[in-house]
Order: sequence, then structure tokens, then C-alpha cells
Amino acid sequence: MSLRNRELVNLLFVGVITGIGFASVYMARQTTVSGASLSYAALFLGLYLLAHLITRVALPSADPYLLPLAALLTGIGLTEIYRIDPDLALRQGIWIVVGLALYAVLALVVRDYRRLDSVKYILGVTAIILLLLPALPFIGQTINGATLWVKIGPITFQPGEIAKVFLVIFLAGYLRDNREMLSGGPGRMPSLKHFGPLLLIWGGAMLVLFVSNDLGGGLLFFSVFLAMLYIATGRWAYVAIGLVLFAIGAYGLYHVVPHVQDRVEIWLHPWNDPYGSGYQLVQSIYAISGGGLFGTGLGQGVLIASSGSPYIPFLQTDFIFSAISQELGLAGAAAVILLYVLFVYRGFKIATLADDGFSKLLAAGLTATLGLQAFIILGGVTGLIPLTGITLPFVSYGGSSIVANFLLLGLLLAVSNRVNARTLNR
Amino acid sequence: MNRPVSRLFSFVAIGLVAVVGMATYWLWRSPDLEARQGNPSLVVRQLVIERGLIRAADGTVLARNRKEKLGGQTVYVRRYPPGGVLAQTVGYSTVSRSRAGLERSMNDFLTGSNSNLSTVIQRITDKVKGLTQKGNSLVLTVDMKAQREAESLLSQVCGAAVALEPATGRVLVMASSPTFDQNLVENDFDEILSQQGPCKPAAPLLNRASAGLFIPGSTFKVITAAAAIDSGQFTPESEFDDKGFCIVYGKKVFNFADQDGPEVFGPVTLAQALEHSINAIFCDIGKELGPKLVLDYAKRFGFYEKPPLETPSDERAASGLYRNGTLFDPEDPNDVDPGRLAFGQERLLATPLQMAMVAAGVANGGSVMSPFVIDRILKPDGSILTKTAPDQFSQAISPTTAADLTAMMQLVVESGTGTAAQIPGIPVAGKTGTAETGRVGANDAWFIGFAPADDPQVAVAVALSDQAATGGAVAAPIARAIMETLLQEVT
Repeated sequence: MSLRNRELVNLLFVGVITGIGFASVYMARQTTVSGASLSYAALFLGLYLLAHLITRVALPSADPYLLPLAALLTGIGLTEIYRIDPDLALRQGIWIVVGLALYAVLALVVRDYRRLDSVKYILGVTAIILLLLPALPFIGQTINGATLWVKIGPITFQPGEIAKVFLVIFLAGYLRDNREMLSGGPGRMPSLKHFGPLLLIWGGAMLVLFVSNDLGGGLLFFSVFLAMLYIATGRWAYVAIGLVLFAIGAYGLYHVVPHVQDRVEIWLHPWNDPYGSGYQLVQSIYAISGGGLFGTGLGQGVLIASSGSPYIPFLQTDFIFSAISQELGLAGAAAVILLYVLFVYRGFKIATLADDGFSKLLAAGLTATLGLQAFIILGGVTGLIPLTGITLPFVSYGGSSIVANFLLLGLLLAVSNRVNARTLNR
Repeated sequence: MNRPVSRLFSFVAIGLVAVVGMATYWLWRSPDLEARQGNPSLVVRQLVIERGLIRAADGTVLARNRKEKLGGQTVYVRRYPPGGVLAQTVGYSTVSRSRAGLERSMNDFLTGSNSNLSTVIQRITDKVKGLTQKGNSLVLTVDMKAQREAESLLSQVCGAAVALEPATGRVLVMASSPTFDQNLVENDFDEILSQQGPCKPAAPLLNRASAGLFIPGSTFKVITAAAAIDSGQFTPESEFDDKGFCIVYGKKVFNFADQDGPEVFGPVTLAQALEHSINAIFCDIGKELGPKLVLDYAKRFGFYEKPPLETPSDERAASGLYRNGTLFDPEDPNDVDPGRLAFGQERLLATPLQMAMVAAGVANGGSVMSPFVIDRILKPDGSILTKTAPDQFSQAISPTTAADLTAMMQLVVESGTGTAAQIPGIPVAGKTGTAETGRVGANDAWFIGFAPADDPQVAVAVALSDQAATGGAVAAPIARAIMETLLQEVT
């Protein structure tokens, strides 16, 4: 079967699964959900078939599994969001349309992603500007102590999500250019001329994240940087130095920023204050443990209090996994995680097949971003690591997150298309 | 550049798999988490389970379910048909106030969540079939007729009564007064909290039978006498001269006083000292034996540990010496006044359940049986899941000591302080107790005993707080009525 037909079959499966998901939510909650909303599922499948057709035309040799994996993740997320609040699902649906449109533009118009290498500094600076936007007066928004949002008219947007993709492009280009210098023998201090741009852009990004109190974003950017540095140089020493720096930084933050101290305290002893600071994590753990092996079934979990608000604040964004764990059980939760493992596997596979440094670093960086982001929030809501708020890629409710991840997917598929085309033609 | 990529993949994949591990860990912890207040998911999920029934020995339903529709879902709301009867032992299961009593300690069985392979498979197949999860039923050992009688006799006082079958440890009666209607817990809990009783605080939720601590007073002389005889240092015929007081730490401790002042008996035997409950004699015996030996014998009967029973362990209290509200086991004998210990004052506190175990132990030839209140657990289909087998708690004293004590305790009821416990045609053995609490007219009044003395079928302990009268006057008649009812049931 050709790559694209394989993709089509996978997408049809995803459509069926999503349809079943929507139907079960509808059946479980007949009182609150209208029957017409079932057509959401059909619309959803139609959208992805459109994306498939565009891929067929623009990226014929691209990996056939990434699009269906993304589709299934958005499908699961949309189903759970639909179950939490049908209105939110409609808005999420619109964002998926926007994300897929952006994907189409990327596939059809940008064509050769390698041209991005030449604008890497512009992208790097743009990323910093994007990160700074929420701090601007009038349009900037501070929600839950973190200054991450921009509000223009009715639309709230998190520019940091887009910035993360730009930063990965910048790092891929920059690290490719300076690889030799960085992986040189010990004792050779890299010159400031070489290190300047990195310090400026990456250091600037870290600083902005620190100031805006975005612990999740900071953790993600830092670990992605380390991952890409390791891939570029193959040197453990950088990772080790990075980790030591991280430990020192974390220790410093722990003692300087009370917010960080709270997070660690909650992580270590969630039950010290189960109705106060530990509430979110404790409720998340209750939701996860209450799902049992196979879950309560979609729409039948205990997620929404009689007052209409969810037991876990930020249920549809940061804590969507807790909701999924409860309604689909450990089996469903493990399945979602398996989807990420598969996505990451395909992504890194593309990186290993790529034969130029930029493509390799880009594919690996984008994949690492998605995988590490998933780990940071999944580890956080399950209590494996301290909780830092960040979205679950493709699944969480949120326009910027969806759009950014489709951007990431498009770039990854573009790399894959080029890599596979070369291998097939050889 | 490819090796770093594959290593990075392993790293990310291991991290993600660790998340699955963490989720599995929480699933494994779910039985513990579900018991926590503030867990909305599991509270509601418990409601959709059809809990097992709780029945008395004769089949009377003590706890059942009422089906209700809630948001399109069938939920089961717990009802207690004879609300208030055996209330503290049965307990309650609610959404707003969690659970208590057997409803709490046996929750896993009542919800069918007790884990063994077959129940787990049953649960999964039920779920697949969309069947309601059904729990196992409990059949208790409690005799409803005697239980109701005990509760009505106690209704005007604060206190408790426990009746055991000496040969097995079966709990036949477990009454605690004042009681409360479990049906009010869910929605009208304030009504229970504001309940007034014959004593303050009324504390109707407290299971006074197993967690109520009373000063044992003279009923403890049974243990002192057991230590005296079983250790071989005295016999029932040992002779003493009662001067009406004994001297401890240079101070006179007087006998129980009537209108004419402290009683003085002159030359008496140990048997007569128990018959008339002479403090001065027991005080001297206590000094002779030393506190360690007396407390050792108390421990053999179960003091210093929570009596075994299926109710939650925090609804049972250990008996013994208490200091500043906590159990206190003296290492230095000088920390204890052996004289006052011997007649059950000092700082001794005991539960009615513990003192019933003492009576039952003497009745059963010195062998104390572990009390149990659940006779059997039935599966949803009515077949037996488990049946409780009687279990020896300890051999507290030798059979000959037990026989000596039985004879002495018979004298108490025949011609001593416990005549109000006499049952026509049936020999009764017993011991009264009237313990001073330090508040005038607010004694702890006791009676412990068993019948028939020559073939014991039932052992009882009755303890009442805030009494102006003696144990022989107020507790003995209640014990007699309970024993009489139970003996009629047996024959």
C-alpha cells in the first residue's frame, strides 16, 4: 500500500473511533447535549480527509502515521472537551480548522522548509517578541499568576506556544552552523562571536519565561535546548553541564521564588492541604485513581460538580488527561500515552533518516518539543514530577496550542517528505 | 548524529512510560483514596453500587437500600429500618458524612470490592454486561429481642450493655445509650448533634459498649481475685481481718460508706470479701500482690489492647490505667497505688466490652474467646462467602481458678451486693461495681456476670454513668433482664 493510502485508511479508523466517542458522550448525557452535535464527528473526519488530500498533493512522500496520530489525539481531546462543555468543543473545533488551514498553507506555500534556515535570526527575535507580548499593557493578560496571554477582541491567545516552534527552528539553524565549534575538543572556549546570538535569543527567552512566571514553558524550553545541543554535538558533557546548571538554577529559584517552593511542597505532600494549595493535584489524583482499569465510560465520570463547574480547575486544558483517565480508565490513559510514544518514535525516525544537519536537528527538535511537553504536563498531573502548567499537545483545549502543534506537525511532515522522496528516488 | 537521536527517543519514551506507572500506582492506591473525604468521584460511584444488606441473627434487616433516580442514573441510598437499634455498631454509610461502624470497616465486603480473583472477574463481567455491582450481605450474631430489651432498659441513662456467648465469643447484645437514628445522618446531622441526653455531652454517636471508658470500680475485684488465686498466693478460704480501712502511702482508705459511716466486717474470707465487696481487704491483697501482677492478669483478659471486633479500630478503646487521656503502662511499680488499683479505682478505665470478656472468660473455664459480631458474610446469590469460626483470645486463668471465682461470684448474687440479678431457678454469678468519679451522685455503676453459673450460656456487662445509686441497685436488674431474655431464646 502506498504511503498516502496507508494514511487514508488510518484516518478512516480515527474517524470511526471519534464517531464512537461522540456517540457515547451523547448517549451518556442526553439531557445536556443536542442530537445535531453528532454531525461534529462527520465534520471532523471531513476536515482531516481534506488535510489528507492536501498532503497527497503537496507532501506525497511524507510519513503516513503522523497525521492520523495527530488526528486521533485531537479527536480524543475534542471528545473529552465536548463531554466537559459542548460550547468549548465548538470553539476547539474552529481552532482545529484554523490549525489545519495553517498546515495546508505551510504544505502548499512554504514548500521548502529549508529556506527557514536563512531567516532563523528573524524567527528567533520574533519568538522573543511573541514571548514579550503578554507583558504589554492593554492586550496582555495575567491568568492564575502567569503572564502568558494576549487578548485582542474576543480572542485570547498564548503567543508562547508559537514562539516554541520558532525557537526550535532558530536552534536547528544555529546549532547546525556552530556544530564543529561546539563539538571541538575540551579546553577550547567557544568565542563570544559564536555564542552571542545563542545567549541573546535563548537566554532572552528563558529570562522572559522566568519573569512571566511560566515554569512549564521554562522547563520545556530548557530541556528542548539541552536535547538539541546533545544531538548536535553528541557530547554528554553538555547535557551534564546543562543538568548541573539546571540543578543550581532550580535550587536558586526554589529559595528565591515562593511559587516554586509551593509547587515542590505540593508535589511532595499533596495531602497537607487537600482543600487549599494541594486541591488541584489531589483532585487530579482522585480522578485518575477513580477511573479503574477501564474507566467509568465517556460522559459518566464524576468531573463536574452540581454547581456546573469542574471539580478540577483547568480541567479542559492542563488537566484534560485526568478527565480522560477517569472516563477511559488506565487502559485509555495508557493508550493516549502510547500515541505520544508512537508520534515521538515516528518523529525521531524522520530525524535519523534526514541527511542534512538542519533537517535532522529540526525534526529532532520539534519531536523533542512535543514529547517533552507531553511528559511535563502528564508527569505533573499524575504527581510524577512537580506540576507546572502547560497544555497537552493536540488534546488540551486551547487555540494557540492547537495552531502551534499543527505548525509543528506540518514542518515535521515537510522534513519527512523530503527525506523519504530522496530515499525513494535513490 | 543518529545515536543521540535514538538515545533521546529512549529517554522520552521511558519518561512517558513512567507516567503510565504513576497512573497505575494511583489505581493501586484507589481503595485507600476512595475512603478520603473530598473525593467526589468515588463517593458518587459508591452510590451506584447496591450495597449488601446487614441483618441480625434472626434475619431482621438492619440496613438496606432505597433505589432513587439521580440525573438519569440509578443510585442506592442507604436506609436503616429500625433506625437507632444497634446504631453505633451497624454505623452508617452516607455521601455527606462518609461512613461509620460496620458500614465503614466492612465497606469492601458490602460494596463487593473485597479483592480476590473471582470477585474482580465478577466485577468486570458485571460492568461489561451493564449490571449493577452488588455487595455482599452481613448476618450479625446479635439477638434482636435481647438487643431491643437492653436498649429500652438503657433509654433513660447514659451507658452500655454487652452480652457475649462465653463458649464462642459471639456478641449477643451490644447496646449503647443514648442512641441515634442513622437515617438522619445524611441530611439532618445537626439534629443528632443537638440531641440532649441524660448525661452531658450526650454523644449519641459514641459506641459506649466498645469505646466508652468507665471506671471499673469493684468489678475489677474479679481480676484482683483471679490474680490472687491463680498465682497461688491466696485461696477463696484465705482469712483476713477487716478494720474498715486500709492504709496506702500512710493514708487511710475506707470501705464503702452507708448511713452509719464506713462498713466494718471484722474477720472474713476472700470469698466473703468479694461477696460484700470489701475495699479494705482487696486493698491489702493488692499491696501484697503488687501492681505488676494485677495488671498482668488484667492483660491476660485483654486489657491494654483494643478488644478484637469487626468494627473500625478507632471505634474501640483499650482498657487499662490512663494518664492524661492516654493509656499508661507503668514500668515503675511505684507509679501506681496497688491498693486502689486492686478495687478498680486508681486511674483505671474499662469498656463494657472488655468487662464482658472478663465475665465470659471466667464463665468459660478461664478461656477468653475473641468477641465477634459478624456470624457470616453472604454473596449476592445468598451463598456463604465466609463464616466466622470462634477463636480463643487467651487462657487467662486456670479452670480451677475459674471454678473458684464462679463459686465466689455466685455468692455475690445469692447473698451479697448483687442480689438484684437473681433469676428464679437459675444460678447466676456476678459482681457489682460502684465507682467514684469525683463528682457527687455521678458514680459509674456496673454489673458483670453470667448464667447459668453451672453451665454458662450468656455473660454480660452493664455500665451506667452519672448514677446516684449503686451498681447492685441499677445495673444488676438490667443485666438480669438481658440474661433472662437471652436464656429464654436459647431454650
